[in-house]
Amino acid sequence: MAWAAERGYEALATAPAPVFVIEPERGWVGLRLRELWEYRELLYFLTWREVKVRYKQTAIGAAWALIQPLFTMLVFALFFGRLAKMPSDGVPYPVFSLAGLVPWTFFANGLSQSSNSLVGNANLVSKVYFPRLSVPIAFTLSGLVDFALSFVLLMGLMLIEKVHLTVHLLWLPAFLLLAITTSLGASLWLSALNVEYRDVRYVVPFLVQFWMFATPVVYPSSLVKTEPWRSLYGLNPMTGVVEGFRWSLLGTGNPPGMMLAFSILISMLLLIGGAYYFRRMEKNFADVI
Amino acid sequence: MGQIAISLDRIGKQYKIGAAGLGYKALRDVLAGWRPHRIRRRSKQPAGSNRFWALKDVSFAVQHGEVLGVIGRNGAGKSTLLKILSRITEPTTGRAEIHGRVGSLLEVGSGFHPELSGRDNIYLNGAILGMRRAEIEHKFDAIVEFAEVGSFIDTPVKRYSSGMHMRLAFAVAAHLDPEILFIDEVLAVGDAAFQKKCLGKMGEVAKQGRTVLFVSHNLTAVATLCHKVVWLHQGQVVKHGRADEVIAKYLQPENSASGFDPSQYPDNADFRLLHANIEQGDNQIGPFLTSAPVDVRLRYAVKRMVKGLRVGIDVMTIDGVTLWRSFDDDLDPLPNTFRMPGTYEAVCRLPENLFLPRQYLISLSIGIHMVGWITFGVLQQPVDFYNVNGVNANYADENHNRSGLLMLGLDWKTVSVDQAEYSVQL
Repeated sequence: MAWAAERGYEALATAPAPVFVIEPERGWVGLRLRELWEYRELLYFLTWREVKVRYKQTAIGAAWALIQPLFTMLVFALFFGRLAKMPSDGVPYPVFSLAGLVPWTFFANGLSQSSNSLVGNANLVSKVYFPRLSVPIAFTLSGLVDFALSFVLLMGLMLIEKVHLTVHLLWLPAFLLLAITTSLGASLWLSALNVEYRDVRYVVPFLVQFWMFATPVVYPSSLVKTEPWRSLYGLNPMTGVVEGFRWSLLGTGNPPGMMLAFSILISMLLLIGGAYYFRRMEKNFADVI
Repeated sequence: MGQIAISLDRIGKQYKIGAAGLGYKALRDVLAGWRPHRIRRRSKQPAGSNRFWALKDVSFAVQHGEVLGVIGRNGAGKSTLLKILSRITEPTTGRAEIHGRVGSLLEVGSGFHPELSGRDNIYLNGAILGMRRAEIEHKFDAIVEFAEVGSFIDTPVKRYSSGMHMRLAFAVAAHLDPEILFIDEVLAVGDAAFQKKCLGKMGEVAKQGRTVLFVSHNLTAVATLCHKVVWLHQGQVVKHGRADEVIAKYLQPENSASGFDPSQYPDNADFRLLHANIEQGDNQIGPFLTSAPVDVRLRYAVKRMVKGLRVGIDVMTIDGVTLWRSFDDDLDPLPNTFRMPGTYEAVCRLPENLFLPRQYLISLSIGIHMVGWITFGVLQQPVDFYNVNGVNANYADENHNRSGLLMLGLDWKTVSVDQAEYSVQL
């Protein structure tokens, strides 16, 4: 390894050569999180690429990240707030719905984009080796930039509507993390399935739509009172996220409790199950994509 | 040195036929095929006839610092082998061990994003190939210089010419410093000058004592760069040994999978075929370059005076679709004339930049006008073509699945008619 020393790669020159064993893997396999960590710079570059490319050829660029939730909120405020007189836990309906839409949009966009991420990067997957998990992870994380922009919009609206922030705000990162794990968990399942069954791309828009109505985005969760609906409702981790956002920002609803613990549990199951399923399907990606 | 860098032990890869093109299933296919007994037996199903082995029982070892060439016809399993070793796909059977950091240049530029600038793409592609950011920063200037893209470095890659695109991609990959490097036909792109530069870079890499696995159709490049060569045929190793010995053996006519079979040469009272061959310069067995002409050479004896003798060829796709038939008297102002007894040699030149890099069939059609065929459809030979710098060579990926049966190098001219009229008003 003289060449390595010559070029100043001390670590390379001294480190023992790693050994890769290539053999067929059967059944469920390990997650290789260590390798994913070694490729963290790739994860960074893929995320950065997604952010950079997303609004590259659009006329108004990143403004889309603001327009999407803003206009959805205006439509909701008109139809659900004004016309349907939807209850909103005592805060103005626009703030109420935007506080739900901001995490929801992050989740929904992440889901629709990451579920197509592997197929969309087929040329990479079939030509170069790298931990495949980094693709859906990068797509999910790239949504955080849009999230940040729309969060600023929400802050602005809260300022206008004179909603005061409380110490509950400290909980917000935890709810965001829950949104990330839920979005990523579902994306891992869908992106791996999409490689083999292209039906997935037709399923995702429906899934997102149904999921939104199963989440208290346009209505308060206090509307769902009777069992067993209330318990079934708790199965949806996005309920925990949206409720959590409203509680920590607007002070509506209940403080974190059993329902949230349940959301976290479901979300973790979705994520871990998705990761293992993804790894199991991974070996066929290059052959079928 | 003297240690093993790569060892393969009975590596096999099985594909389902059709998996390459339409691998993904629609859910309805799965639902339609779902019967209870199938679910139970699925894992025990024996390999059916709709599966084939792209690689079977491939075993060999590569020493540290060795440059190994992998040769063979189209479909011999060369690319599959590299895909397995670079961990893109998994083998069905067997086991391989790789000692050292691996870098692979399977398809340069596959990580490029057209909207991003050359600079951004260097970082992105470097990361995809497994380089650290500090490493890329360190080599950035050398990469830009090697790629000769200069002031275009901050221009989106989609505005690059195909040559620039490819040069930049190779430059990033060439500056990867792995201990083991896999290269698949990278030199199959670009102009002659850049190919020479790439070969030079590879020679440099080889001299630094790194292990290189080099898959190529370019036998000259393999002979120059490689110490040893593995020759694959139909997924199996035919020969593994010193480069010159294996290449010499590979080039021997009897190894041509199915040349014109001399036992089928027609011989009757009027006519006898003495020799039939397809060649490109000294290369008599193929695969042939698409960018140079190929000659079909026939030597025959006329035993007594015949009227209207016509020798010709049919060029067909491997599915048996005849592309054209050509006779020696097609352009003759006085066809259907007498031919005196004696020995003749006929050469039909198939022009360059006509064939796609795939397999075609050439068959001999010899007959006497208004009398009958002497031979027709019996003497067939598959002919393989590969592309190095012919039509479309810049798009190596597209080459294999470009639609159409032939690839014509047509002369395109584009002129600017009016620049102002449609420029975007912002």
